[in-house]
Amino acid sequence: MAANFPTHEQVQGGIGVTEPGHAHDAHHDEHHEQSFLQKYVFSTDHKVIAKQFLITGIFWAIIGGTLSSLFRLQLGWPESTMEWLTPFLGKWIEAGKLNPEFYLALVTMHGTIMVFFVLTAGLSGTFSNFLIPLQIGARDMASGFMNMLSYWFFFLSSVVMFSSLFIETGPAAAGWTIYPPLSALPQAISGSGAGQTLWLVSMALFIISQLLGGVNYITTVINLRTQGMSMSKLPLTIWSFFLTAILGLLSFPVLFSAALLLIFDRSFGTSFFLSDIYIAGQALSNTGGSPILFQHLFWFLGHPEVYIVIMPAMGMVSEILATNARKPIFGYRAMIGSLLGISLLSFIVWAHHMFVTGMNPFLGSVFMFLTLIIAVPSAVKVFNWLATLWRGNIRFTTAMLFSIGFVSLFIAGGLTGIILGNAALDIQLHNTYFVVAHFHLVMGSSAFFGLWAGVYHWFPKMFGRMMDEKLGYIHFWLTFIGVYLVFLPMHYVGIAGFPRRYYAWTGFDTFSQFADLNKFISVAAIVAFFGQFIFIFNFFYSIFRGRRATENPWNSTTLEWTTPVELGHGNWPGEIPAVHRWPYDYSKPGAAEDFIPQNVPYSQTQSSNLPYEKEME
Amino acid sequence: MTTLGILLVLALLLVVFGLLFRLQILTSIFSGSSTREVGTSNRVNAILCLIFLVVGGAAFAWSFADSYDKMNPPIASVHGLATEKMFWSSMIVIGIAFVLTQVLLFWYSYKYQHQDGRRAFFFPHNNKIEVIWTLIPAIVMAALVFAGWKEWTRITGPAPKDSVVLEVMGKQFNWLVRYPGRDQKLGVVNYRLIDATNEFGFDLSDQNGVDDFTAGEIHVPKGHPVLLRIRSRDVLHAVYMPNFRVQMYAVPGMPTKFWFTPTKTTDEMRAQMGNPNFNYELACNQICGRGHFAMKMSIVVDEPDDYVNWFAQQKSFSEQNPDVLASFKQKSDKLVEKATVVPTTAAAVVPAAAKASL
Repeated sequence: MAANFPTHEQVQGGIGVTEPGHAHDAHHDEHHEQSFLQKYVFSTDHKVIAKQFLITGIFWAIIGGTLSSLFRLQLGWPESTMEWLTPFLGKWIEAGKLNPEFYLALVTMHGTIMVFFVLTAGLSGTFSNFLIPLQIGARDMASGFMNMLSYWFFFLSSVVMFSSLFIETGPAAAGWTIYPPLSALPQAISGSGAGQTLWLVSMALFIISQLLGGVNYITTVINLRTQGMSMSKLPLTIWSFFLTAILGLLSFPVLFSAALLLIFDRSFGTSFFLSDIYIAGQALSNTGGSPILFQHLFWFLGHPEVYIVIMPAMGMVSEILATNARKPIFGYRAMIGSLLGISLLSFIVWAHHMFVTGMNPFLGSVFMFLTLIIAVPSAVKVFNWLATLWRGNIRFTTAMLFSIGFVSLFIAGGLTGIILGNAALDIQLHNTYFVVAHFHLVMGSSAFFGLWAGVYHWFPKMFGRMMDEKLGYIHFWLTFIGVYLVFLPMHYVGIAGFPRRYYAWTGFDTFSQFADLNKFISVAAIVAFFGQFIFIFNFFYSIFRGRRATENPWNSTTLEWTTPVELGHGNWPGEIPAVHRWPYDYSKPGAAEDFIPQNVPYSQTQSSNLPYEKEME
Repeated sequence: MTTLGILLVLALLLVVFGLLFRLQILTSIFSGSSTREVGTSNRVNAILCLIFLVVGGAAFAWSFADSYDKMNPPIASVHGLATEKMFWSSMIVIGIAFVLTQVLLFWYSYKYQHQDGRRAFFFPHNNKIEVIWTLIPAIVMAALVFAGWKEWTRITGPAPKDSVVLEVMGKQFNWLVRYPGRDQKLGVVNYRLIDATNEFGFDLSDQNGVDDFTAGEIHVPKGHPVLLRIRSRDVLHAVYMPNFRVQMYAVPGMPTKFWFTPTKTTDEMRAQMGNPNFNYELACNQICGRGHFAMKMSIVVDEPDDYVNWFAQQKSFSEQNPDVLASFKQKSDKLVEKATVVPTTAAAVVPAAAKASL
């Protein structure tokens, strides 16, 4: 009896075995009251853990956005006084000016926070956790306990990273890519002292969190699918989370090794990345190391990482576009195929970040070739999304708008990747604002749009209430226009060759022409950032006071919408529904309604069954 | 007091927004629009999509045209002309894809907005068009890769034998430059020998280094291939010369290189730009610390004859620092017990050597 549904004790013990689709589930209402601590803090319920990831992610996004507003102030008005920020930044304002090392710390922490803490943990942590069990028809993750550990390692990692913002020597300042020797030598920049140590410790904890989560996601998708839920009936969200988890599992350990070797170089006198260095009046004894080795290790994670960030967004956008266009996603199998193609290729393109590092030019040729191949599956995805809209019957929910925005931004940012992936063109554009504009559109803003789309779409299932649509519309249009106003002109600055991570360009005649445009970008960025508080208000207000949601407010087909509004641990009060059809039966000719949920058997929909489905009646 | 005033105004504004928000909720409840599945907002958003496409597209086109002149750093190298052409032709290709897809995206969004009583077209897949739109990007990509690969191999191929050689070394936070002198050979350096005087770490027991000279700015001759030997003595830097479309990391412990052929002298570029103060600049383009943004050096492109003259006027490092030379001489005397020949003044032979190098 107990084998069918993980009792509370079993889930906590991490040995929960879920066999879906069988009887004897009724006793799950019987278990004893959970304490507040068990229910909301050290919870093993995937839904609670998802919310923990989401709210921590929102916290980090505010921090990351604030940092960017600070350095945009510097870039927009390099000559102005920053005296008024002294109460906030203290000694980092020197004689009315922002300390240049602190400027570098700002960009470093902005990148680290946004890429890892918001768009990896906040995005995939939230939605992989929330949606995998609900959409595949499982009571919980394979191991609720590991899942809980995953969040708490992330929390610990967050605490360490956050504390590094306040230490005497400042947070890490060698760029989010922490290339040694700069990141290895406190003599080179003060952020490479304790700040860098905390950064490395925090990232090590973060990687543990990712691996605990990833193993769990993969196991759950493989083992705990409900009856009838074959891999070819999985919603695209699940496919994307599944492949994302595999990418993370294979690539994060490599970053861990890079971090470990860097720790050795920093603290134990090894020379993995250090060689022939004379700094601060002293020749170091390190010889034979290679800074380029670090870059290979870093980008072996770093490039899959951008797909770790974007693929969950792709999956959710596919789902939301289909639901709100009231049409099946176009080319379901091609969408899975392109996700597989992207996942595979993402492991063999990393060195396109390194064309001009002195790496053998032949390697550059190989990586250019592989990089430009990856544009093909990406293009297929875009065409399929467009075809999904074609002849749809579109409802503009906020989630739908953000999904359309996602596609728009993904196109805008993805296309310039074709330029940057060309090694000959990258010679000029490497490390300029063209790169900054490119990745902020294609992985930064797009993934953020996927995140928002997901929050607006699944909010009713998360909290049993609706978010306010009007505020959602204002939030969308302000953000969408804001993002374009920031990042389109940034390409111009990049084509003109402006280097990134510059405190000011005023020292160069070559980079003197775009002072006004930089002001404009700064204004747009700061306004768009403040616009996010509309979302934050809407989010927290709606948790408590939003309109009550119905069970399936978007008339959607996937399994999570068959659960009750008040969701307990275990997800379905009775039996787990079995699955009979693919997740995109929208507007099927002959069907009574314009959607047929996955758990409706063909025998009940004889009027709409296609010829090959007749056999399955 | 002003701070308090500002805070008060902000607080009042928030209260006003809060009230407006409540009001909006109440009106939507009374008008019944909160319970309708698809209300007027749907139409408004569809129209906004169209407006965004038209107004946004126009604004983009205008701003691009307006900034176009400013976004092209004038080109002064042979390969720069080729990559520039490739850049803009690739931009046209992706521009077409951009416009097509964005127009379809927002046009479909507008055109296929919800209408009561209409049902979406059930269209799950179509193998033929899927094959077509997989092949088209694949073919376009293949063409772009091929063009890029050809140019890339040409640029990164071996430098011509008669290239003018010089060494650029990055350090926190400036550039140092070294020329090989009349023998056209850069002498051995060793980072352990670096000090305040010997910034390069010259090992003057190596005869090749005795005539090497350093310079405060980079001089290169127009129309001749120039081979930059690049290294760093502390952290990563990157040699970035936007006008020559040159970029290469400076890596401690791993010398790198890049060769290019300048096509316009500084004077010619000044005339072309109408800016008598124009200078080619070398910037650092890899984060290296506090002074990263100010790590600059001027580059002067001379007519070949002027270059030869400039080259002839330079005094070698050893000549300028006889103490350093002497200390090496002492050491080598002690070690080898065999005096090396002190080179005669280099200057006399230099013009011939410099010419030979052209």
